Amino acid sequence: MLQEEWVKNMSDTTYEEIIKKGLSKRHAKEKRLKVYGILSILFALSFLTIFIFTIFSNGYTALKQTQTLISIQLPSDEILDSNGRIDIKKSRAYNWDGLVKKSFRNYFPEVQKTSDKRELSNLISENAGYQLRLNIENGKFSVGDSVNAWVKTSDDVDMLLKGLMNRDIEEKNRRLSDQQIKWVDQLIKEKKVKLFFNSSFFTKADSREPESAGILGAVVGSAFALLITLLLALPLAVMAAIYLEYFAKPGKITDFIEVNINNLAAVPSIVFGLLGLAVFIGFFGFPRSIPLVGGMVLALMTLPTIIIATRASIRAVPTSIRDAALGLGASKMQTATDHILPLAAPGILTGTIIGMAQALGETAPLLMIGMVAFIVDVPNSINSPATALPVQIFMWSDSAERAFSERASLAIMMLLIFLISMNIIAVILRKKYETKW
Amino acid sequence: MFIFEFLSSFFGSSLLICLISILAFIYAARLVNQQSIKLNQVPHSLLNYYGFYSFLWVFFPSIIILVLWSLLSKTFIDNQFLFLVQESYPKLPESFIFLKLAQIQNISAGLLETNDILMKELSERYISYQKTSIQLRVLVILTLVFFGLLYSFIRLSPKLKARIYIEDTLRRTFLLAALVAILTTVGIISALLYQAFIFFSQYPLQDFFFGTHWSPMVALREGAIDEDVGGSTGSFGMIPVIFGTLLVAFLAMCVAIPIGLFSAIYMAEFATEKVRNILKPILEVLAGIPTVVYGFFAALTAAPFFKNLGLFVGLDVSSQSALSAGVVMGIMIIPFISSLSDDVIRAVPQSLRDGAFGLGSTKGEVITLVVLPAAFPGLVGAFLLAVSRAIGETMIVVMAVGVTANLTINPLDSVTTVTVQIVMLLTGDNEFDSVKTMSAFALGITLFVITLLLNIGALSVARRVGEKYE
Repeated sequence: MLQEEWVKNMSDTTYEEIIKKGLSKRHAKEKRLKVYGILSILFALSFLTIFIFTIFSNGYTALKQTQTLISIQLPSDEILDSNGRIDIKKSRAYNWDGLVKKSFRNYFPEVQKTSDKRELSNLISENAGYQLRLNIENGKFSVGDSVNAWVKTSDDVDMLLKGLMNRDIEEKNRRLSDQQIKWVDQLIKEKKVKLFFNSSFFTKADSREPESAGILGAVVGSAFALLITLLLALPLAVMAAIYLEYFAKPGKITDFIEVNINNLAAVPSIVFGLLGLAVFIGFFGFPRSIPLVGGMVLALMTLPTIIIATRASIRAVPTSIRDAALGLGASKMQTATDHILPLAAPGILTGTIIGMAQALGETAPLLMIGMVAFIVDVPNSINSPATALPVQIFMWSDSAERAFSERASLAIMMLLIFLISMNIIAVILRKKYETKW
Repeated sequence: MFIFEFLSSFFGSSLLICLISILAFIYAARLVNQQSIKLNQVPHSLLNYYGFYSFLWVFFPSIIILVLWSLLSKTFIDNQFLFLVQESYPKLPESFIFLKLAQIQNISAGLLETNDILMKELSERYISYQKTSIQLRVLVILTLVFFGLLYSFIRLSPKLKARIYIEDTLRRTFLLAALVAILTTVGIISALLYQAFIFFSQYPLQDFFFGTHWSPMVALREGAIDEDVGGSTGSFGMIPVIFGTLLVAFLAMCVAIPIGLFSAIYMAEFATEKVRNILKPILEVLAGIPTVVYGFFAALTAAPFFKNLGLFVGLDVSSQSALSAGVVMGIMIIPFISSLSDDVIRAVPQSLRDGAFGLGSTKGEVITLVVLPAAFPGLVGAFLLAVSRAIGETMIVVMAVGVTANLTINPLDSVTTVTVQIVMLLTGDNEFDSVKTMSAFALGITLFVITLLLNIGALSVARRVGEKYE
């Protein structure tokens, strides 16, 4: 009844016209959906660009470090023992800082007031004296000589030279006074300060002074922790994956294991840190801050990732291989270890590298087990206190000095380079050894 | 003497064990070979399996004892030594005993010097304890190696079913490896529960879960001053912390869900294979960036940006606002949502799309009226996983939001989150058993339970969808 009426009313327009009328609207809707998609992707991409740009533009300046040329009259008798050799005890007691600063002040003989002298001395790095002592003890400089040495300036001077300190703001909001800036400008004019490649950033561990802080300690700490992670997680994951794929009988226990693995993959990383703190440190009595514990925690964290990847690559090996091996009289275990595992190895390796990359970037669990301590020595074993690269970035970006955040950016660039190269290696390995069945 | 010292070190002992085991491997295989020739009997298994048989018996018992001994001896010695310290200093209060023990350890390690005769004597005793432990360890390991050798060589014969034995052992080891996942879960739950239980024995449960005031560092709760725990007990009402966490997670979802979903729709339905192959890896780069880097960006670039934006339009934006952390976290989660949604959308059977096209729908209509409703449960699962990720995320919030708990829903204010509080409570120079550190574990178990429920929910929703279209 209704239908007939409808047809009657519409008799002057055909169905085709009705459809055509709505069509442009419907197509516009479709287009809108597409545009939203493109915009979303553009948003993500533009963020990535901004992100890389900010990190890079913040960080590349840390590759250079300001140094100043000072002529120093090195001490002789004060640090020598009776045989004419350097006495370490005397050398340690000697006031190297004072020597460097006094020599530096020779540039400005007109400065006499104590407070001005202190301001002038503050332009030199706090670690300059220590560096000089090391150079003497290593035999780079000889005792009693008068040398011209390039010495690190303080981070404030460094910032000024790199143009990162605003000269136009009020004096009290600046870290250098007007007078100090005048001195530095004079030195610049006389070419007595210069930017050098910041090699100590790559060869030293952390320091209270930004100008002497480096990332080697953190990189070595990360390497030790990752070594432990690899040694623990890879065998465990491979064994677990073989068990689940080949030997586990379908049932409640197997289901329970699988649910556990899937859940662990989604547990917040900080919870693994709490586990490490309570069990490894609290219960087993491991010391805090050591890469051994860090590696164990990271191993537990990456285990699910590697297990899942290993299972996928084992499953990708065709059943014909398995049937052939079994048919020729190999036992189930021989099939798994001698035939399936070698064929699945490239996939396992790729999964492992990706898991390691994830572990390398992880910070939160390491904070929990105390790898966040301030450590000035490069760690020399898995039992010595250490920090890790991402933790170092966290610590530096927390510091107030501009010079530290510059270093944090450079450290981020290093971390990203490590991660990218790990991922590229994973892709290359997969491409090279992947078998197409 | 030097050799003994080397062998008593962990590395030396393990080297010795490895060496003897490898020798055992070689000789066991040879022995069975000779026996089979002499008896004119074909061995049950390949010769290597006899080698492995001997290797297992020599290597594993000793190496396991070596590792366990090294891990546990310090705790054991310290516990024994505590009694000694207590006897030597009968008047010392309990908490100082541990301090004394630490001093003695430092002296015996040569890090500290002392003139106190009693301390010197004790540290010498401590060194002798350690020495005895190591000598005992070497002795036990050598005995184990010897008996391993003895037992395996007595049993070796061509008749021995070495392969069956080895494969059974391997299978059991593999099972143990698979059980590590369960062990980890059990470890997490029991460790967190144990510490949280101690916390709740000192702090009322309902005050923790329903209290609206969180300030762990100062005593503000009435009558909270507790002499046993050092005099300064804060108040631990979790509500504002949970609120802050949810606020940041909500903001993150506001960014991540639309952007992630639309990019997934575009990549799954509109993009050509070529474009897709370029875009997907680029989005995955976003997912591979460590969270500490996002945190750096949130604290040093996003926060000042929003603050200045606020000044520009006349709003007061805190420099530790929930907004900057939320937005950056949202960006972090975009690739997570887009790749999960992409999988879900592509899993919708092609027949549904073909049917809709056949009825004259436009592509847009196919997507909005057919594909998305079909994928809906899977998408919900993806969102739940993303929420769980946002709630458990640590570094971005640690670096970008504050530590003071405000009960607010204003995204421009400073808030704090569960993870921030855990980090703050556990990274200071706190003693391990104060109420403050225990409260971090109570927060930890709460966090674990919330994320666990979200994950289980997500997995069960996803599983149901998978069954529907199979």
